Order: sequence, then structure tokens, then C-alpha cells
Amino acid sequence: MSLNTLFGEKKAEAKKIVFTSVDQYPEAPISLGTTLSNFTGDWRTFIPVVNEDKCVKCYICWKFCPEPAIYIKPDGYVAVDYDYCKGCGICANECPTKAITMEKEEK
Amino acid sequence: MEYKPIRKVVSGNYAAAYAALHSRVQVVAAYPITPQTSIIEKIAEFIANGETDIQYVPVESEHSAMAACIGASATGARAFTATSAQGLALMHEMLHWASGARLPIVMVDVNRAMAPPWSVWDDQTDSLAQRDTGWMQFYAENNQEVYDGVIMAFKVAETVNLPAMVIESAFILSHTYDVVEMIPQELVDEFLPPRKPLYDLADFEREPFSVGSLATPADYYEFRYKIQKAMEEAKKVIKEVGREFGERFGRDYSQMIETYRTDDADFVFMGMGSLMGTVKQAVDILRQEGYKVGAAKVRWFRPFPKEELYELAKNVDGIAVLDRNYSFGMEGILFTEAKGALYNTDAKPLMKNYIVGLGGRDFTVNDVRKIAENMNAVIEKGELDVEVDWYHLKR
Amino acid sequence: MEIPEQVKKKLTLPAEEYFYAGHTACQGCGAALGLRYVLKAYGRKTIFAIPACCSTIIAGAWPYNTLGANLFQTAFETTGAVLGGIEAALKARGIKVKGEDGVMIVGWAGDGGTADIGLQALSGFLERGHDALYIMYDNEAYMNTGIQRSSSTPYGAWTTNTPGGKRHFLEKRHKKKVIDIVIAHDIPYAATASVAYPEDFIRKLKTAQKTPGPSFIQLFAPCPTGWRSPTDKSIEIARLAVQTAYFPLFEYKEGKYRINMPNPKKEPKPIEEFLKLQGRFKYMTKEDIETLQGWVLREWEKLKKLAEVFG
Repeated sequence: MSLNTLFGEKKAEAKKIVFTSVDQYPEAPISLGTTLSNFTGDWRTFIPVVNEDKCVKCYICWKFCPEPAIYIKPDGYVAVDYDYCKGCGICANECPTKAITMEKEEK
Repeated sequence: MEYKPIRKVVSGNYAAAYAALHSRVQVVAAYPITPQTSIIEKIAEFIANGETDIQYVPVESEHSAMAACIGASATGARAFTATSAQGLALMHEMLHWASGARLPIVMVDVNRAMAPPWSVWDDQTDSLAQRDTGWMQFYAENNQEVYDGVIMAFKVAETVNLPAMVIESAFILSHTYDVVEMIPQELVDEFLPPRKPLYDLADFEREPFSVGSLATPADYYEFRYKIQKAMEEAKKVIKEVGREFGERFGRDYSQMIETYRTDDADFVFMGMGSLMGTVKQAVDILRQEGYKVGAAKVRWFRPFPKEELYELAKNVDGIAVLDRNYSFGMEGILFTEAKGALYNTDAKPLMKNYIVGLGGRDFTVNDVRKIAENMNAVIEKGELDVEVDWYHLKR
Repeated sequence: MEIPEQVKKKLTLPAEEYFYAGHTACQGCGAALGLRYVLKAYGRKTIFAIPACCSTIIAGAWPYNTLGANLFQTAFETTGAVLGGIEAALKARGIKVKGEDGVMIVGWAGDGGTADIGLQALSGFLERGHDALYIMYDNEAYMNTGIQRSSSTPYGAWTTNTPGGKRHFLEKRHKKKVIDIVIAHDIPYAATASVAYPEDFIRKLKTAQKTPGPSFIQLFAPCPTGWRSPTDKSIEIARLAVQTAYFPLFEYKEGKYRINMPNPKKEPKPIEEFLKLQGRFKYMTKEDIETLQGWVLREWEKLKKLAEVFG
């Protein structure tokens, strides 16, 4: 898996946890992993597409992403972790240069 | 260090407060209600006198008292509170929370009748209405048992990670002074080491974690089973802890049902709490008068000592169950429990329910004698006159 | 992916993420964004208490956790009390609370859990002076149970139990001023904040971290699902709430009021600009809008006066 995310190795390590025997359960109901194993990208109808020609690297999209699913590449441009992006469109709405557009996603 | 008890003349409530102090409780969150108040007043006095550094949270309700104890216990502290009747009822939601989150909080409930009409006197319906909350329940017969009960309850609770209630009678114990043998602090410390929590919200070395998140139908069930397993484990732990307590301090609590002169008894009186002191005294007198009777004091109502009840029930002709409580639409609560516990066994004593002492109605040795006469007649006849006897009722 | 060092300097918020994706907040959820900011401000060494609310779910169903901090899920009305218990335990154990290296204890409750069912525990928490922060994230209705009105729902709003209809049965009471109730306890620090202004919010979180005693932040957090608003407009709506002075941002510190936004010297934008983006207000008549506008300006004048007299 490429590190197309804000969460680095944590995303790669995230696993679904399913128990088949009561003995596997912890004594108290405490969590055992992160939600990073839950890919919410399939909630999406519209997909944000970044146009790097227009991007001014202001990171407002990164700032306002509620997932968060926007990460920053080594070249400083932003990109979207589509495994998690639910397609709310806040990034496109807030982008001051209209560098992000929401497009109907073909599935 | 050799055990030399410190004898103090104290009320049941002060016995509870001293027990909390000697258990090295770290957080107390409580709200005042008659007749519980002198417990938390005494604890405040210990703090004011510099005897302890207990963090005392004077909350704005019993609901918040339990919530604060839960927060404290989840953060690794030994937490204690006390309440009574209406206060306990207000806590109800959070009682489930404490057991579901597996927090070994210890609480003293001073048994008091539920309103309306207002009553501040002894009645077990308040605590028994919390039967299904996942709390262990220990009923104290006297002030000494209040003191011993709190210290043992912490040890049992922290072993099985479930909360425990220690229950004493309004005024009959809470405000009545008696000699209590207290244990020197170092020896309590040996008996009750610092708590080792199942989890600790202040642990930042481990991976971040949540407690009590939504469990779907695929997982909730297993967590309920875990609580039941812990309750079953508690039965063993209670007996071990009760035995250890006896070995160290001379008062044995290894029986979950304390039996008194039951060996050759035709029938026994069974009940909980302070009224069993009266019953034991009556048994001695009745024995002199030729009745072959005994007393069975249910110390632990949760977990329910089914096995011990069976051992008792198979050897007697009858059990007179004395309930200072009532489940409307049914009968006395201990009566239901005891009958239910025996149903799938070969023990079939005649069982009759006597509703006694509700709302603090006086219950005396003479009352026990009258019940004995009635129970004797029932057994001779081989059938019940009535199953549930509102014994004191003005007719 | 690690954020490049030269980029980190340009960011206006802390770069570290302690809020894990894969959570189940609705699209465009203001509460999720708010949690992300709180975690950015405080990081790993934080204990959260979250009562029944949307965030119960957002924080992850068992066995998963969305927060990069420790979390105790608690009953609806108990946030304030649980915070008190946690703080007492830390004190009893000699663990440092607040400050740069101390533990942050954070209550994170919705408007229903704060303004309604949890008000008593909140008052107790504030009055007793526990060293913790209570955040009310305000999405102006019971969203997790399906958009029922709370006492924090504004005048004229549609909810599922103020459904409008033939008899124009909409919310008929103005929004409860929880922040005023909080300030009446004279705590060291109270503030309003908005997810549209995260730099301001994080500054306030840092102030709370430095201020001993209880602090309270009321965070405006849009809910596209409950507000019947487009998911991409959450930030825009939150911004307009501030610019119209419907939800002004201000601080109360040691007895002094300070308005952050909007500019008290300028006319705020008309309330319609805030209302028109949200389907929940579409049943309001012209008179309804005037009523709400009147309330907004009255409250705004009151706040300006307070800042003038106790500034």
C-alpha cells in the first residue's frame, strides 16, 4: 500500500477485528484498534479532483477536512486519500482558487 | 505484626466511614441524604483533621456522585460513596454504568423505605430494586459487619472488577452505637493491597483507547456473559476473602449464607440484614422452648449463593423467608429468589414468605416467636395457609 | 504521509493528526472537525469524557477508536460529574493536570447533553472549580436521535418535533444562552468558538490549557443532516453565523469580556444570509425572520455593551 494518507504506517497496520470466541474478548469493553481500517470512500457520490495548476498550496482544504482525508505530498501539493474521502465537498467549496472540483464519480 | 483490634464505640455509619478510611479510599463523591449523612460527614472530618488526603467531591446529586466515582475509578483510583433510598434510585442508571465498565467502586447503602409516603426508616426495597445492575450486594447484620464488609467488599470487587454495595439498616444500625473492633492500618494494608486496575484512563504509554463504545448485536452479548462469569468467580473469591479475613482478624465470612443452629433444625428463618440479629436471639429462646429452629442469614444477595441455599434447604422441612421488602405484583424479593434457586433441585422444603418491618415497622423477638408458631403449624399440616403473609397488617 | 518540513511552517494549525479517518460522522460534519481540532491542540495526553451524542458514534464503535487519546464514554447527563471524578483521581494519584506537560481533561458534549439534560452536572462542575475543560459542540438540536429540538435550537427552525406544517409549528423559543449561564458561575475562562475559525478555536483551547480551574467553550458545529444544508456549505454557514452576529465569537476571562468576531464597529450581515443556505429555516415567514433578526441584534448589542463596560 502506498502512503497516500495522513496516517502513514498506522493506516497500513489498521485491521478489522472480528472475534469468534468469547475468550478472545477483553474483560472490559475497551477498544482494540483504530477506525483507520474502515474505508468510508464508498459513501461518496462526488469525488474531489485537485488541479495542481490552480493550487496555491494554501492548505485551506487540509484545514477544513472533517475526515481528515487530505494529505500533503513531498512537493507541497495536496492530494486526497480516496479510501476515506466521503465526498462532502467542503474542500472544493473553501478552495480560494477553485483548484478542487467535485465530479460525479463513476463506479 | 500481631493483630490487636482497636475497639471503638461507633454507629454503623461511623463504622462505614472508618472502613473507607482504613481501605485507603482515594476519591469520595457523595451527596447527602438521611440517614446516610453521618458517613460522609465523618469522612470530611477525617480530611479536616489531616488524617487522610482523600479527594472529596461534594457533588450536586447522587446521579453525579456515582458518575464522579465512575470517572475516578476509570482513572485508576479507589472510589467510595454512600447513599440511601431515593438517592440510590436516582443513581440507578449509573449503577449499570459502573458494572458495565467493570469498575470496582464500593458504596454503602443505608436501607431506607422508598417514598411516597415519605419514610426514613429501614426497608430493603431500595437496594433490592437494584438487583439487576451488576453490583454485588452484602447485607450487614451489625456495625461490625458494616466495617468488615466495606474492607472485604473492596478486596472482592477489585479481584473480579465489579462494583459492590455494602448495605446497613437505617437507624437500627446507621445511628445506633455499638462496639466495633477495628483493624490497625498496617494490617488492613496487608489484607487489601493497592488497586491494580483493569485499565487506566491516565495511562498514556499504551495505544489510545476508549471505554464503553457502541457494541453492535454481534458483540454486546459477550460482554454481558463476561459480567456473569465475574459474578460466578466472585462467589469463590468471596469465600476465599471471607476465610482469609477470619484467619487474620478472627471473624470468618467464608459462608455467603451464615447458618446459625441449623444442623438439626426442622425449619429455619431466612432473611438479610439487621433483622437477623433479632432472629438469632429468638432462635436461642425458641430452642429453650423446644422448637428445633435455626437461622440462615443471607450475607451476599448478589452473587446469589444458590449452592449454599441448596445445602441448607435439602436438610430442613421448611423455610420461613423474612422479607423487609416487597416486589409489588409478586411477593417478597428474597422469597422469589430462594424459591427460584431451588426449583430445579431435589430440595423441596415448605417455603413461606413473611413480610416484616416495612418502613421501619418494629420487628421483635416476640414477632419471631409468633412466626415460629405459625410456621410450625404449617409444617405439621404439610401445606401453606397463605404463601405470602403480611404479618404485621392491622386487620 | 509525513507532512514536509517546509510545509509545516506554512500551516496555520498543528500538523499532527490525532483524529483518525474511517470514522462514521456524516459528510460535512462540524462535530468531527471540532474533535480533530481539539486533538490537534492537546494530543495524546488527553482524557475525553463523551456522553450520549453524535460523537459517541463518531468516536468509533467497539472495538475501534477514532481518537488518538483516551476516552471514557458516559451517560447523557453526566459529563460534568465524570470530569470531576477524573480530575479527583488524577489529583489523588499526584498526576499533573493541565499546563504544557500535564493531562488535559476534556468533556465533549452536544447541546442537548449540555443545555438540557446535562445542565445540572455542568453547573456542579463549574461551581466546584474542577481543573478541566468542558466543550459544548453546538449543532442546535438532538441530531443523534434524529433532529429533535433542544433548548439550543434557534427560533424558526424546523426539527422533527417542530415540523412546521399547516399550523406553522416551528421552534417558537429563542436559543438558550448557555454561555451566559456558564459565565454566571464566574469561572476563570469561557469562550465561544466556531469550526469556521480553527486558529481562533485552537488559541482558545491553548488558553484553557494554561488557565487553572474550569473552562468552557461553546463551539458552533454545523450539521448538514439536521440543518438540511448542502454538505459542502458547513464552513460557509459557520462563517456566516459569526458574520451575522448570530453566533459571535468572544471570550470571558477573569471577569473581562472580549469580542473576537465580527467587528463590533461594523454592521453585521443580515441574518437572511445565514438562513438561506439551510433547509431547516425554509418555513420561516418574513415576520419570523424579523423576529429572529431582532433577537440577534438585541443580543449582539448586549454583548457589545458587556465588552464595553467589562472589557
